[in-house]
Amino acid sequence: MERIEGLAKLTGRERYVDDLQVDGALWGMTVRSRAPRGRIREIRFDPAVDWSEIVVVDHRDIPGANEVLLIEPDQPVLAAERVRHVHEPVLLLAHPSREVVRRAAHAIEIEVDPEPPYLDVSVPPRPDQLQRGEDNVFKRLRIEKGDVDTALARAARVVEGEYRTGAQEHVYIETQGMLAWEENGVVFIKGSLQCPYYVHKAAIRALGREPDGVRIVQAATGGGFGGKEEYPSMIALHAALLTLAADRPVKIVYDRGEDMEATTKRHPAIVRHRTGVDADGRLVAQDIDVVMDGGAYVTLSPVVLSRGIIHASGPYRCENVRIHGRVMLTNSPPHGAFRGFGAPQTHFANERHMDVVAAAAGLDPIELRRRNLLLDGDETATGQRIVDGVDRIALLDQAVDLSGWREKEAAHAELARTDPWLRRGMGLACFHHGAGFTGSGEVMLASRLDVAGLPDGRVEVRSANIEMGQGTLTIFTAIAAARLGLAPSEVAIAEADTGRVPNSGPTVASRTAMIVGRLVEEACDDLRLRLGLPADARGEEIRQAVREHARATGEETVGRAEYEPPRGVLWDDATYRGDAYAAYGWGAYVAEVEVDLRTWATRVVDFVAVQDVGTVLHRTLAAGQVQGGVAQGIGWALMEECRWKDGAMQNAQLTNYIVPTSFDLPPIRVHFGETPWPGGPMGAKGLGELPIDGPAPAVVNAVARAIGVAPTEIPLTPERLMDLDRRAEGRHARIA
Amino acid sequence: MHGSPELPLSFTLNGDAVSVEADPAARLLDLLRYDLGMTGTKEGCGEGECGACTVWIDGLPADSCLVPAFQVDGREVRTIESVDPARLGPLLSSGATQCGACTPGVVMTGLWILENPGLLRSHAIRELMAGNLCRCTGYDGIIEGIEAALGTRS
Amino acid sequence: MKVERPRALAAALGLLGDAAAPLVPLAGGTDLLVHWPVRPDARTRGYLDLQRLDELRGIRWSEDALELGALATYWDVITDSRVGAEFPILVEAARQVGAIQIQSRGTWAGNVANGSPAADGVPVLMAFGAVIVLESRQGRREVPLDAYYSGYREGARREAELIVAIRIPRRAHALQRFVKVGPRRAQAIAKVGLAVARSEEGWRVVAASVAPTVRRCRAVERRLEERGLPGSPEELDDALRADVAPIDDLRSTADYRARVLARVLFDATRKGGA
Ligand SMILES: Cc1cc2nc3c(=O)[nH]c(=O)nc-3n(C[C@H](O)[C@H](O)[C@H](O)COP(=O)(O)OP(=O)(O)OC[C@H]3O[C@@H](n4cnc5c(N)ncnc54)[C@H](O)[C@@H]3O)c2cc1C
Ligand code: FES
Ligand code: FES
Repeated sequence: MERIEGLAKLTGRERYVDDLQVDGALWGMTVRSRAPRGRIREIRFDPAVDWSEIVVVDHRDIPGANEVLLIEPDQPVLAAERVRHVHEPVLLLAHPSREVVRRAAHAIEIEVDPEPPYLDVSVPPRPDQLQRGEDNVFKRLRIEKGDVDTALARAARVVEGEYRTGAQEHVYIETQGMLAWEENGVVFIKGSLQCPYYVHKAAIRALGREPDGVRIVQAATGGGFGGKEEYPSMIALHAALLTLAADRPVKIVYDRGEDMEATTKRHPAIVRHRTGVDADGRLVAQDIDVVMDGGAYVTLSPVVLSRGIIHASGPYRCENVRIHGRVMLTNSPPHGAFRGFGAPQTHFANERHMDVVAAAAGLDPIELRRRNLLLDGDETATGQRIVDGVDRIALLDQAVDLSGWREKEAAHAELARTDPWLRRGMGLACFHHGAGFTGSGEVMLASRLDVAGLPDGRVEVRSANIEMGQGTLTIFTAIAAARLGLAPSEVAIAEADTGRVPNSGPTVASRTAMIVGRLVEEACDDLRLRLGLPADARGEEIRQAVREHARATGEETVGRAEYEPPRGVLWDDATYRGDAYAAYGWGAYVAEVEVDLRTWATRVVDFVAVQDVGTVLHRTLAAGQVQGGVAQGIGWALMEECRWKDGAMQNAQLTNYIVPTSFDLPPIRVHFGETPWPGGPMGAKGLGELPIDGPAPAVVNAVARAIGVAPTEIPLTPERLMDLDRRAEGRHARIA
Repeated sequence: MHGSPELPLSFTLNGDAVSVEADPAARLLDLLRYDLGMTGTKEGCGEGECGACTVWIDGLPADSCLVPAFQVDGREVRTIESVDPARLGPLLSSGATQCGACTPGVVMTGLWILENPGLLRSHAIRELMAGNLCRCTGYDGIIEGIEAALGTRS
Repeated sequence: MKVERPRALAAALGLLGDAAAPLVPLAGGTDLLVHWPVRPDARTRGYLDLQRLDELRGIRWSEDALELGALATYWDVITDSRVGAEFPILVEAARQVGAIQIQSRGTWAGNVANGSPAADGVPVLMAFGAVIVLESRQGRREVPLDAYYSGYREGARREAELIVAIRIPRRAHALQRFVKVGPRRAQAIAKVGLAVARSEEGWRVVAASVAPTVRRCRAVERRLEERGLPGSPEELDDALRADVAPIDDLRSTADYRARVLARVLFDATRKGGA
């Protein structure tokens, strides 16, 4: 089966928000703070502009609460008295001409009496930088298992390390945008988004409306990667406020600069490890401290931290684990959801650290991992017993074999002897990723999904989970078609419109295929039941029954499903113990890199990605998820760097924030172990995020081995690598 | 509205003669998308980096965000709207598109390679595609699709 | 915004140099258009579109020179097999400018006139001893490219002048090398650029992104003439210090630029032909 909307995309017929042309629509624009923190003293409008022709909205025009409601209500829709970060929205403008509204935005000065910003989480805040509690901490979390201090004291060796990861920009190729209009007293908001019901929740709060007074509709979405999880609520509210003020449809589409400066990034993190191993290199204690920079408002930081710390000790067996995490308020734009959601940061630290531990223990990195990988029946740091039948050691061995590790290492040694400048190395990472919401999250979401029989005999899947490139439409179609014995062409997927589809939860956390896909199966079963058909009814029987029902009752038949947690999955939020996720995907990635000692530039020359994510539902889509995730991971590892100054991103252009091109990447070789997981549709687990966890440590470990340095920070730019190499100088100064 | 008189221009668009009046400050991308309603060509950055806005001008790929509309006067422009879907099977099967935002640009550059296979005597596909950023696919699906369409990959 | 679109060079020159209505020449637009969406003033200026001046198109060969018309693009050079045979690093540099979408529109003359210290076309032209041909209503004059820049984005062109051609002398080269060190392998702005050519006239070494302008490295050239090939990158340090002054900026550090330049230069001088 081909991607459902593939041809529409290949021919340019797919409609994204900026492709929707609405008669009489105005262009909206956001006027933002230039200061990282302070009290708004005055807003000056240049008298040279005719303001009477421009719609201007400020915080006083918000009918409901001035809050972008998500976890906490701390983030305003429009700053009222104070600003807490650069590029914080203060005013909104609209006009029929984009040119006029752009010029108008340049003609407004927001004067701010500055207050001292807090920008660096590696040092504690000064009293005058405090903005939350007595320490600017948004959230603290801890995981405790066994007795770490005793185990460390008794360990044969204790190895310490500190690792840092930088902010990462999503660079979805479609920038953010929203279109809003009012129709029969209902505010419609349509745009680029991952979570229609998040936007809905925020909109009824800020617009002060009943749930049916607002309808959120997803337009085709040109990539999200988490970047369209929370920020779209902000833009949606802005477009809605303007449309209410102007009484006309309003479209806001960010240009690339605004999108990069103002919207969320991956949380920067500092992770410290203290690891005890016994004489055989077995882990006896892991003491881990995680600090994340949350930016100016809470947004999703507590859950990012949570996923980060749960994955921080890696896919390893260890009796004594202590993980402390905190996420801090700083005066940079809020950091937020990004594919992996905290786990890539902690996996980078852990897998880089495992190579350091291996060296200290006198083991090769493969052997160290073979000795410590979780076996079926072992417990994770939260005490979750892993029994999914996946052989993690076999995955590692497969990745190593496919990469040609042993033969290549010999060739690399030869290269180092003969070439004055070029060095190559192999690097490895083992990792895991929990699918679905953390802990009791899925229970609280209580997702619902419908499958309706249409009068023409087709069925329609109604869910709030959206397509953003990852394949939702195709996967849901395939699942429903298989369950009911229909052709894919007989399955329609409803537009994600909160007025028409139930809340099946957000499209995040690798949950769509695994959790919501399972609901598709259950709703299909329920439809069959409601049609009065036996459980094995398929194809023609279904088709006929659907048509007859519609003819007889004049109504469609709707099969319904609601999430129920798999039996025996238990989580205690108070102690952070139990089953953190219903299922995990497992990965073992190997990178081969070449470092040019003339320039300290690193090129990834081969990449092998082996993972087990249960049954693979669609081979091309799954491989594409892995390859895309690996490409983002390689970018994060080597070149993607946000350059900050006074809380503002300095390189908010694609010329200066560099992502990999086709010429920078090797073919990414993808292999799947396919141990079916009974809890998922057709045996599948979540896949979307796993591939971003492994590439950075694999690549950096390979660089470390290629030239004999010990990097601790990404992106490992040539400049950083040069500095490391100079410190290690003398070992390879040989010139031909 | 800012006193710039519109400029008349005539060019060939996907084989048809077109005459329009354009704002002198309009980029070819704006002309196509907002004046002519041909929204297949996408804006990903407006700074020539991403290639989502790629069209052909006189047979060569160009970023339409970097071309003033008036410069296509007398020239031949080809956009994604001209592409025969029947040619896109290999790209569909290989997973060349995910979110689709980069895709029209990718297809226009890919098609240029398909129509000028002699380029591959001196260039690799990965080099020729380097002006089209894709954040979803990691490029493998794109490269494989072009290879399949060229018949160099089974 | 005002636009003039003359069809003849004489008419174009007639429009330039009116101080009351200054016009910005516009060729491929790959430098100028980047600013259109973000800088309102870029959309209110007057432009002189050069694209209809067919006189300025193409590549011409004569007995002793290769002449690039002011509208000659990178792609024109990449696809010209004669250029590839005689001036291979001209093609190499062109291939490393942006990607095809930029190569198809961007002009060599625009690269020169834009005056970026990080330009890729300029260093190669300078290493070949190229001469910039300027013309105004008052007539033609020629400025050697290595004397063209006086400061950051300041060139010899007067407002009334257009670059009409770039003339590259045809010399026998024992060695020509181009090195671009960017943050990625394509579509990148150079953090360090280098062009080296060795002909019967001696060494020519040109560096980019390490000074306010693309810079001919005369001290390095002297060092190579007088003392032959260096034995290590460090032996080039003194000469380089006299020639270039790299800085820290958004894209790299002074330290990185200095060390990498020494290394790639050392390596380039030692490798055989192009
Ligand atoms: C995405 C992207 C990637 C790029 N990559 C590179 C790269 O890798 N290396 C590189 O060197 N550059 C790069 N550039 C910059 C640019 O493409 C080149 O400098 C190009 O050569 C400019 O030529 P143009 O004809 O497009 O210039 P235009 O934008 O038309 O003009 C540039 C300047 O030159 C002036 N000008 C142009 N022609 C004349 C003339 N005949 N007489 C007098 N003045 C004139 C203009 O007034 C203007 O000031 C890149 C640009 C972009 C957008
Ligand atoms: S929009 Fe033109 S290159 Fe990105
Ligand atoms: S398919 Fe999403 S950017 Fe290429």
